[in-house]
Amino acid sequence: MTSDAMSESPPGPRPDPAKAPDEAGWTAAVRNRVEQTLPLTELLPTKQPAYIGSWVYSFGVICIAALVWVVVSGVVLAFFGSAWWHISAVGHFFNSVHFWSVQMFFIFLVLHLWGQYWGAGWRDGRATTWMVGVVIFLVSVVTAFTGYLIQQNFDSQWIAINAKDGINSTGLGGLFNVLNFGQQYGLHVMLFPIAVTLLVVLHIIQVRSRGVVRPIDDPMPASDSAGALR
Amino acid sequence: MNEPAPYLHWGFILISLPNLVLIGVMVLLFIVALFAPFPGHKRISGHTDDE
Repeated sequence: MTSDAMSESPPGPRPDPAKAPDEAGWTAAVRNRVEQTLPLTELLPTKQPAYIGSWVYSFGVICIAALVWVVVSGVVLAFFGSAWWHISAVGHFFNSVHFWSVQMFFIFLVLHLWGQYWGAGWRDGRATTWMVGVVIFLVSVVTAFTGYLIQQNFDSQWIAINAKDGINSTGLGGLFNVLNFGQQYGLHVMLFPIAVTLLVVLHIIQVRSRGVVRPIDDPMPASDSAGALR
Repeated sequence: MNEPAPYLHWGFILISLPNLVLIGVMVLLFIVALFAPFPGHKRISGHTDDE
């Protein structure tokens, strides 16, 4: 091989000379996209619109707080196991924290849903934010259902036996077997919590990238066109 | 508490008393949230947007 052959440029598209060398490639494209759609000033704002000074706008963040407690207490329960949460006093406490934080999560999830439904929270380019919220709700219901199935008590057995016929009637009984404790436990402590958490992170990013939706009776200024990223 | 909850039945509607009470509390909480003053909320003069 001659030195001329070694100095030839590699095959493929030539880099754009207008761009700096470190601005080429998918990493720079992703970075630029993130900087445009979600600058840090939008992700961690110091000022908020005046109209969010209402308790109705607190329901979503209360859901997040409840979810944190759900995950923390769930991690503790996973470490010590069902014998511990049924027998020991501390286990009972963490079991109760897990249960009641889930109740709080769903109560404020529904209140958040009411607030966004009657406030038409999908307006001005926020339809996907609403859709992701709906998916979070549905995945959360299935996650809670698997939680009821793995309590390891008569309640969970009663639910599983009755649910077996119901799930079988949908045709999913072979794949999603409510009588299979190992399967339901794995889904409840791994797959579904990860799904809920990632969807909530996506939901928050969507809310922060477009800002909190204006009240219906608060007209949008002409400079802020519908669907535009702020 | 170690017994089935009382159920209320009107026509096709069948609901346990605890669930009905919870729904009532949630509706009440939502109404309160609409009208209760929000603490620590300062309006910046002439500033109604987050820009």
